Amino acid sequence: MSESDKKKPNRRDFILTATTAAGAVGVGAAVWPLVDQMNPDASVKALASTEVDVSSVQPGQSITVIWRGKPVFIKRRTQDEIDSARAVDLSELKHPEKDEDRAKDPEWLVMLGVCTHLGCVPLTDKGDYNAWFCPCHGSHYDTSGRIRKGPAPTNMEIPKYEFVNSNTIKIG
Amino acid sequence: MSDHEYTPKSKVGKWFNDRLPLLTLANHLTDYPTPKNLNYWWTFGGILTFCLITQIITGIILGMHYVAHADLAFQSVEHIMRDVNYGWLIRYVHANGASMFFLAVYIHIFRSLYYGSYKSPREVIWIIGMLIYFLMMATAFMGYVLPWGQMSFWGATVITNLFSAIPLVGDSITTWLWGGYSVDNPTLTRFFSLHYLFPFLILGLVILHIWALHVPGNNNPIGIDIKKPSKDTVPFHPYIVIKDLFALLIFLIIFAFFVFFSPNILGHADNYIEANPLVTPAHIVPEWYLLPFYAILRSVPDKLLGVIAMFAAIFVLVILPWLDTSKVRSTVFRPIYKQFYWFLVADVLILGYVGAMPAEGLYLLIARVATAYYFAHFLIILPFLGMKEKTTPLPLSITEPVLGGSADMAMAKNNNDYKEKL
Repeated sequence: MSESDKKKPNRRDFILTATTAAGAVGVGAAVWPLVDQMNPDASVKALASTEVDVSSVQPGQSITVIWRGKPVFIKRRTQDEIDSARAVDLSELKHPEKDEDRAKDPEWLVMLGVCTHLGCVPLTDKGDYNAWFCPCHGSHYDTSGRIRKGPAPTNMEIPKYEFVNSNTIKIG
Repeated sequence: MSDHEYTPKSKVGKWFNDRLPLLTLANHLTDYPTPKNLNYWWTFGGILTFCLITQIITGIILGMHYVAHADLAFQSVEHIMRDVNYGWLIRYVHANGASMFFLAVYIHIFRSLYYGSYKSPREVIWIIGMLIYFLMMATAFMGYVLPWGQMSFWGATVITNLFSAIPLVGDSITTWLWGGYSVDNPTLTRFFSLHYLFPFLILGLVILHIWALHVPGNNNPIGIDIKKPSKDTVPFHPYIVIKDLFALLIFLIIFAFFVFFSPNILGHADNYIEANPLVTPAHIVPEWYLLPFYAILRSVPDKLLGVIAMFAAIFVLVILPWLDTSKVRSTVFRPIYKQFYWFLVADVLILGYVGAMPAEGLYLLIARVATAYYFAHFLIILPFLGMKEKTTPLPLSITEPVLGGSADMAMAKNNNDYKEKL
């Protein structure tokens, strides 16, 4: 073959490239259902929201409910706990978030009870900040559920929620 | 592979062998020339094959009685233990069999490290072996989830959450692995499916591992190349077969001790409590054979870097043939490496110990030092030592030290020609 034969794409090269490309798209389309079947199915997604009656929760008390298979902490905070969460200087925090942004109603803290390190459920009223402590790998959270010490990278997540009325919280 | 021609004696045998040379293969395996100085550390290949077959047979039987459903799994395991005829025996053999499998594989790996069996021309055998080891860990992890006890559930939660450390796509990957927003029934059913599949993948890799072994032939305790067949070799059958069987019997005594006298000593009592997504056990620990890697994971304070360090600890083993620059295989002739070898053994044992302890205070400090040393061994000590170390003279053949009348290998005649060839 001469030099120019190698460089100039001819009809045969075009057909080969086009066939390979079409084949790759076809294989991709055939494989996708096999991969996507592992994602959450319709019945899992259907359990997307849950309503909780919080009328019997006293100040200082915390309840745990299940939402999407995960625990959600609903804590009715005391004035002391609110004050200590709001007094923190944001520059001290690993993941700076204002308590005002985390708890719309300062009395109620609603968050996923899942440690952001590796997914364990932290213990309530424990640890250096007398709030939440994860027993698995030693992450300490404050009264706003923010990470203060330990390996967890971020604050505990706040799910989407709203007060349907003064006694009921809808999560999700 | 054997190059010699083989012709079956019977007419039928010849007819069949011409169409599918299974008899040639059987003859190759029987006559396969093996170094005659192989010691008992070489019997673990056979023991591991036995372990794999045992796990597959007991596993298939357990699969006949187990129900892979979050509401029924825990009960079905208790049903196996109490109601199924000999169910307790089969389950205890399977559960302790996993531990025995790992015990044997660790001895097998450390034998390879001591005698340099991973070095040229056996790198591919080593890499296939590491793939097998990795699949074994994945299989064991998923199998431990199936009884759906507290340790099953929270072990699965912690390990699958490792993937959430991946930047950008981490959360989507974990959701995909779970089939939901937490470890739940979809996770259990797919783990059961894969736990059933993986042992057969391992079996396939084992065949490749043995095939790759039969190309250069076995390494041996003095690590020199030998002519095959020659006066330095013996046929695999009956010499090695009998030796392997004897070692297997001793191994089975230890195996049986665990199964019959302390079947739960290697497990965790928490796994006899049914999974509860709202309560994490106070102290989550993986099975003993994963502890060194768990210690490495916890010794790094950053989530992503901890996960990277843990996977790197396995990957560094895969590239070991190119990290060890020494051309001398056997540690017998490497006086300085011999000391570092035992430091590494101690280091891995220490990592295993601190992995089982809470990650705080002194334990955390020890874990960090041991993790640093683990990587230093492979990434710093091995490459430099290979270039600097003065090795002791290698014998010319396996028989030479024996015929030379000295029991001490190091006293064997110095042969400069041989060393130059290296």
